[in-house]
Amino acid sequence: MTYVAKPKFHHPSIPVNALGFTRRDYEGSMSTLCAGCGHDSITAAIVHACFELALPPHRIAKLSGIGCSSKTPTYMLGQSHGFNSVHGRMPSVLTGANLANRDLIYLGISGDGDTASIGFGQFAHVMRRGVNMTYIVENNGVYGLTKGQFSATADRGSKSKKGVGARDEPIDLVAVAIQLGATFAARSFSGDKAQLVPLIKAALEHRGAAFIDVISPCVTFNNHEGSTKSYDYVREHNIAMNALDYITGKEPITIDYAEGADQAVTMHDGTTIHLRKLDAKHDVSDRAAALTTLEHARDAGEIVTGLLYIDREAEELHDALNTTTRPLNQLTEANLCPGSKALEAINAGLR
Amino acid sequence: MPIQAVNDFVIRFANVNGSGSASANLLFARSILRMGVPIAPRNIFPSNIQGLPTWYEVRVSERGHLGARGGADMLVAMNAQTFAQDVAALEPGGYLFYDSTRPLPPSTIRDDIVALGMPLTEICAAQYSEARQRQLYRNIVYVGALAALLDIDLGVMETLAAERFKGKDKLIEANQRALRIGYDEAMSRFACPLGVRVRRSEAVGDRILVEGNFAAALGAVYGGATVCSWYPITPSTSLAEAFERNCARYRIDASGRKNYAILQAEDEIAAIGMAIGAGWNGARAFTATSGPGISLMQEFFGLAYFAEIPVVVFDVQRGGPSTGMPTRTQQSDLLSCAFASHGDTKHALLIPDGPNEAFEFAASAFDLAERLQTVVFVMLDLDIGMNSHLSAPFKWDDARTYDRGKVLSFEELEQAPNFGRYDDVDGDGIPYRTLPGGHPTRGAYFTRGTSRDRFARYTEEGLPYIDNMERLEHKFETARGLLPRPVLKQAAKPTRIGVLHYGSTAASMDEAQQMLEGDGIYVDALRIRAFPLAHAVAEFIDGHDQIFVVEQNRDAQMRTLVSTDLGVATDRWTPILHYNGMPTSARYIHREIAARLRKPAAPQHLEAAE
Repeated sequence: MTYVAKPKFHHPSIPVNALGFTRRDYEGSMSTLCAGCGHDSITAAIVHACFELALPPHRIAKLSGIGCSSKTPTYMLGQSHGFNSVHGRMPSVLTGANLANRDLIYLGISGDGDTASIGFGQFAHVMRRGVNMTYIVENNGVYGLTKGQFSATADRGSKSKKGVGARDEPIDLVAVAIQLGATFAARSFSGDKAQLVPLIKAALEHRGAAFIDVISPCVTFNNHEGSTKSYDYVREHNIAMNALDYITGKEPITIDYAEGADQAVTMHDGTTIHLRKLDAKHDVSDRAAALTTLEHARDAGEIVTGLLYIDREAEELHDALNTTTRPLNQLTEANLCPGSKALEAINAGLR
Repeated sequence: MPIQAVNDFVIRFANVNGSGSASANLLFARSILRMGVPIAPRNIFPSNIQGLPTWYEVRVSERGHLGARGGADMLVAMNAQTFAQDVAALEPGGYLFYDSTRPLPPSTIRDDIVALGMPLTEICAAQYSEARQRQLYRNIVYVGALAALLDIDLGVMETLAAERFKGKDKLIEANQRALRIGYDEAMSRFACPLGVRVRRSEAVGDRILVEGNFAAALGAVYGGATVCSWYPITPSTSLAEAFERNCARYRIDASGRKNYAILQAEDEIAAIGMAIGAGWNGARAFTATSGPGISLMQEFFGLAYFAEIPVVVFDVQRGGPSTGMPTRTQQSDLLSCAFASHGDTKHALLIPDGPNEAFEFAASAFDLAERLQTVVFVMLDLDIGMNSHLSAPFKWDDARTYDRGKVLSFEELEQAPNFGRYDDVDGDGIPYRTLPGGHPTRGAYFTRGTSRDRFARYTEEGLPYIDNMERLEHKFETARGLLPRPVLKQAAKPTRIGVLHYGSTAASMDEAQQMLEGDGIYVDALRIRAFPLAHAVAEFIDGHDQIFVVEQNRDAQMRTLVSTDLGVATDRWTPILHYNGMPTSARYIHREIAARLRKPAAPQHLEAAE
């Protein structure tokens, strides 16, 4: 399969955002994933979120590893630079890119194999470091490109298409991310655009390491009876903790969730996100509570979705490193080279 | 007959790791340097923090032979554990200086050496009350004694102590006192000076004494590196640490913030991943590692090669394979770097001979990486990296600017509607690149390790794949002309015998060439400084009937490289290989080449640790 461009023409009355871009301007080339793939819904949600936030596409850098999920950056944000790196190593490449230019918006796209299996170490450390990014895992519990082997997020007892049960303890990426220092941690479902789009928007607005685990059924290899990552299973077991209503000063978010109490969360840059709490007990600023909620849901066989945890005063990697406010890739000889005088002094000290 | 040698001897210190001997020994070495006499100090240390044997060797050579010589003319035996072995390795007529607090069994002292016993422990016990002080100052006391024995100016040592502990008057005083105690004790016990001694000279000139890792790190600072991601591994760790120290000194902006970022990664894979991410995004980035790290980074090297991302890798080579000899030197990563990763890959290598070139090559590696949009390896080794070498002073031309390569600016993108990331516009195999965030509507492309066409669009078709691979091959040929040229040292008389060598072998090879001339054997020596090989290497091979290749590995890796890169038959070449973990020596090279020329079929001996 090779590259398939999407036609550029569109209906003249299609809406434009504050930058004058249409939603189509945030799209990429044609998806080559299977029809009905959850990943395509996530791609659409990312496109939607970036369009609504009116992010300048060229200020976004999209990076991925290897796998079905990691192919998706080609299908979104065609005016953004993208980097499809090596399997499980997107976090390090993204970290380096971020070090080089702190001013861009970094979007990391990965899958459950890419993140929870081969890339688990890098996932852990990128969260620990607090790299300013939005890290999305498109989680279907299986390896698609190699035809359906389990990944490390497959639930114990979940049946593969060939009828084999997963026997190992599954990795809950949201719980791990919270433990390791993610300052924005959420879970959602590719089939729930109303919940997913606002979460992606909030993650993009978050300053620090933002993580979203999106359950994304694999229609070809993991959507059958007995799978715990199928559309039917996720719909039946999805417990939404909260819903994001709107971000102050941004385009309104329309959602169709049930009534609940409003919780306003002020972000580092002064914007406020408004959550509608569906579970009155859950406080998104309480890290321990988030972990407890995840543990209880796991015992009950439920999938909790929504924003689980946020630290709005988060420090990001550049704060810790105390790097200059200018992007490092823009520094020149004048900033970087100590010059011959300094070198003479160094020579003198070595005699 | 005791050895008589002025400004031309080797002294070896046998110590216990962690006993504080390193700084005392350095003080000793620097005092000779301050007297204007060239030295080559070397640490021979174990993979250990405390307790195992460690040696420090100083070669004193007025004529400036600074490679390892082999053997020792004087031994300072401070480690009972290795005493017998150390004494056995002393040259006939050599001098043994030892702690005579407890008498030695007579059988351990050879009758062809001069034994100089001084009760160091007893002296220190009388002078110092604390156990740690007794141990530390014992080292300084023997350095003071050596001043008397070797005729080193005690005042020079006192000055060095004062410089080292500047601002800590108590320490200065204590060290100077210990030096004086040792000096006086030696003067009263022995007929000073000995037959081996130091005499003031002007032979050092303006040279500096510096470790290669420091030099390379400084080169990275001067070369404009802003991102360093690394994982600790001997013997490369001190390179990253020296980069950090120098940046902290020279790279702080007016607001106190850092014009650099250094991350200690979770492993070597992440370290190279970060460097590649930063290189992709337009920063000058590097990692420093050693053989095992190179192995771990292989997949990423292929990505950087194929996706054409500038990145610099310092490989401070050590004894392999596997954990091998982690604190010993070798030149055994040549092939694993030159052809790193799977598929058809090959990479540029820069091979400095010591700190001065390490500085220069480090700085220019960033220019080359960005010009060529690829990985550039700087091949150091433990001997260059972790030992101090007397080198020409560092030089920098303030008019020098960085070559940032073919990066399209906003204005250039405005003029370039048909940007093709992998389009060979200039015919040199090097395409243009753009940086994220550079232009609102132009220049964005998708970087990938998968096959793509000239416009960076994914394709699995054969023709665009081949088109791209051939362009990469063409780019490699362009690289050939941009890299440092080899350095030729011609014999005093015309000869058809040629020697190829590289890196840290240089100092010993230069000396061996002179020793051979003393025997009437004339060889031309060509020092290779980069891969792909310059045309001058092929010409040199053409111009000689018999070729020796002198290397510090088992498999004659440079011979393989030459054969592959230049397509020349190398089966009749004679490799002179030294790979026991110690630096090769002039004596060894001289002996081996001379033996081959006398008896062409003589088998090569494997040299035991000298």
